[in-house]
Amino acid sequence: MLTKRIIPCLDIKDGRTVKGTNFIALRDAGDPVELAMRYCEEGADELVFLDITATTEKRKTLAKLVREIATHINIPFTVGGGIHTIEDVSLLLEHGADKISINTSAVNNPILIDQLSRNFGSQCIVVAVDTKRINNRWTVVTHGGRNPTDRITSEWAKEITARGAGEILLTSMENDGTKSGFAIDITNEIATSVSIPVIASGGAGTMEHFSAIFQHGKADAALAASIFHFKEIHIPDLKNYLFENKIPVRC
Amino acid sequence: MKVVIIKYNAGNIQSVLFALERIGVKAIVTDNAEEINTADKVIFPGVGEASSAMQYLKERKLDQVIISLQQPVLGICLGMQLLCSHSEEADTTCLNVFEKVKVRKFIAPNNELKIPQIGWNTISHLRSNLFNNIPENSFCYFVHGYYAEETLEKISTTNYIQTYSSALQHNNFYGVQFHPEKSAKVGEQLLKNFLAL
Repeated sequence: MLTKRIIPCLDIKDGRTVKGTNFIALRDAGDPVELAMRYCEEGADELVFLDITATTEKRKTLAKLVREIATHINIPFTVGGGIHTIEDVSLLLEHGADKISINTSAVNNPILIDQLSRNFGSQCIVVAVDTKRINNRWTVVTHGGRNPTDRITSEWAKEITARGAGEILLTSMENDGTKSGFAIDITNEIATSVSIPVIASGGAGTMEHFSAIFQHGKADAALAASIFHFKEIHIPDLKNYLFENKIPVRC
Repeated sequence: MKVVIIKYNAGNIQSVLFALERIGVKAIVTDNAEEINTADKVIFPGVGEASSAMQYLKERKLDQVIISLQQPVLGICLGMQLLCSHSEEADTTCLNVFEKVKVRKFIAPNNELKIPQIGWNTISHLRSNLFNNIPENSFCYFVHGYYAEETLEKISTTNYIQTYSSALQHNNFYGVQFHPEKSAKVGEQLLKNFLAL
């Protein structure tokens, strides 16, 4: 049986792993390669590396770091942050990334999704969608939630699926960093209305939050950062808990 | 030992190279027929689209090179599918090493079963030296929208929407639908087993 995936996310700034609340007030969480190897050993199903400074400071994700990660870890990983062009993607894939994630550049230039999936295959194109309730509608936001767009999240999810994205990484900016649980309603709405996998992100604080996002949110995967980095939740314990709660996981 | 990875217009060749490096093996990535023919082991990886991959192989006559190989060959993902007879992906005639084995498209009954299948699933009914020291129902990493139907040449099965062949063998040719290069310790064991054949 296909299992639900647990994905630690490493936010990278200047080659270090950092974690903040709502993408500001950054705290240092350690060396990304070392952390990545620890998560592999503990049974993480995939990893995501986001260069969180790349979009705002227009800086390219460090291909060198990607190479370093690729030579050390034996599970799939996604790299995101500041990716705008086919050349950006080529470089990262050549350095060993399995998938790339685009966010702001997809919102600004949706045809990029078509171009990337045609060139590299849908399976390596993850479209990250940051969302927030504005006037009671889940709306797409960019730049860490600072910039609202005029796109409705559910419509955008359908559009990016049609354009050839392989997966959706859905982050509720309201929940991100709060440890109060994932946004179950919008995750369920998206997961049950598109044909591609949905990775839920933002708000994980307890093991119950993970079982809820799989059972009620219908997510295919769940992503979290600080609770893993600061060892508040140990991945093997989380997997055991999910297994006992009849959620298929790789143990 | 000379290990060659066949270079063509498909993704994830680097990942296979890195995975071999992790188990201490330096492989050569090449599309040169002489280099491929003189290798002890040949790996035919790939993530991509079947018809454009077949066209690329034919234009460079790599299709003929591959089917006449005598040494152990391991097709991975699209590589395995191209070793079958036909793929529903753009109605593509493939290399027919796994004779009469057809590659079909997953059809999901609802949106809760996603296509492509992405993630960790189990391999069962293991029946080959390729799976030495790999327990039944081990987890491997899969990414695919098409699958090889069940056939006598299967050496493992997996279930997603229906049961299908997740690995095949015919003489010196082996194929796995999952990605050993991304399947943690199980994948490393499989690559070691292949190199020991």
